[in-house]
Amino acid sequence: MPAIQQAAVRLSTQNEITAEISARSADFQRAIDGGAAVDHRTTLDYAPYRSSILRHPTKDLRHVDPETIELVSPAFGHRDVGEVESDLTIQHSGEPLGARIVVAGRVLDGNGRPVRNQLVEVWQANSAGRYIHQRDQHPAPIDPNFTGAGRTITDDDGRYQFITIKPGAYPWRNHTNAWRPAHIHFSLFGNAFTQRIVTQMYFPGDPLFPLDPIYNSIVDPRARDRLVANYDHELTSPEWALGFRWDIVLTGPQATWFEPEEDDK
Amino acid sequence: MSPELIPTAGQTLGPFYGFSLPYADGPELVPPYHPRAVLLTGTVYDGAGEPVPDALVEIWQPDENGDIPQQRGSLRRDGHSFSGFGRCATDPDGRYQFWTLTPGTLTGSASAPFFSLIVFARGLTDKLHSRIYLPAAPDAAQSPLATDPLLSTLSAAEQASLIATRVPDGSLHHDIHLQGEEETVFLDFG
Repeated sequence: MPAIQQAAVRLSTQNEITAEISARSADFQRAIDGGAAVDHRTTLDYAPYRSSILRHPTKDLRHVDPETIELVSPAFGHRDVGEVESDLTIQHSGEPLGARIVVAGRVLDGNGRPVRNQLVEVWQANSAGRYIHQRDQHPAPIDPNFTGAGRTITDDDGRYQFITIKPGAYPWRNHTNAWRPAHIHFSLFGNAFTQRIVTQMYFPGDPLFPLDPIYNSIVDPRARDRLVANYDHELTSPEWALGFRWDIVLTGPQATWFEPEEDDK
Repeated sequence: MSPELIPTAGQTLGPFYGFSLPYADGPELVPPYHPRAVLLTGTVYDGAGEPVPDALVEIWQPDENGDIPQQRGSLRRDGHSFSGFGRCATDPDGRYQFWTLTPGTLTGSASAPFFSLIVFARGLTDKLHSRIYLPAAPDAAQSPLATDPLLSTLSAAEQASLIATRVPDGSLHHDIHLQGEEETVFLDFG
């Protein structure tokens, strides 16, 4: 167990964490009401997430004009990723347990243009809320038919699609009785290295949202909502899988500009 | 274009990325036996000076001529192409290491040569961008570091947090301090 957690004298209660989350939300709203610009970004200094206390920079990020290397992205292609890597349910000899789902969407830049041919990586807990990772000691069953890691490359419209199992909620030791809302970790590359992002996708209507300090480390409620997928009945396959749609909008300066296409919206 | 296009915000890497993001030879942009391979290594520290054993460090760089690699294949090393991208999960002592080539000066750029750096970690709510500059060569008449557009705006201590150290064996050493007296300068390109 990391030294930081060992050093904690006493774990906070959920009520204490929830009160801290509420206070940060109120601070945000007060600043907006006072005329401050809305910051959609995640807060680095967010003490309700206890592990962040010693791991966030205390100085402001230094603004710099990006160099050419930062304005382009490492290049990935279909050579990098196997066809079957986007289906997390066929990586073993049997079918994994849980609710089969399709997660699909588009990766867009800040102008709504598709981010093409770029790498999308995902990882998640199984349907019981257990990660395959050896350090996950949550006493829920490992599913021998589910690893929970996948990759794909976006197509010419910036589309990606994964077939997987709906992950369970996951208990952790940020505070007593702490549970993460069900989530899928996403790692993405944009058209520029400045657009690189690691984030988490959530499922609609999760009752754990107001209790979770990681979800709430995005203090702007509209930006927070963007991490929640939409149930999409068009994407749902009869007698087979529920569909969830989640688009990702990357931001930041970039050098590569695509010609507008007729099907661009 | 929709005015409602709010950018997707980052979230912490969490503790359990180890079975997903690391990939074979991710830290080896070139094989260690490459005749011009250079070792870049260091430790990620938290604000208490403790190593961070669950961070993920990525570098992205031009080749020795300063050209930016754009061939696909950054995940599957073919043994001879240089993709310019590397990924390394820190070990139980918070250490990362890359085998790579020395980055050249970017074409038409006033910047001194550097590795572009991104750090992720459990406990870090979002990514952090930074740079690792090459140290001045001892025989250089004038170091490009002196005229670098970013470094020239920083204090000596801040500069030191961005410049690697040449170890006697020829490798490069660069520690990353998420917080504390030696806090690394992290960048915002917005």
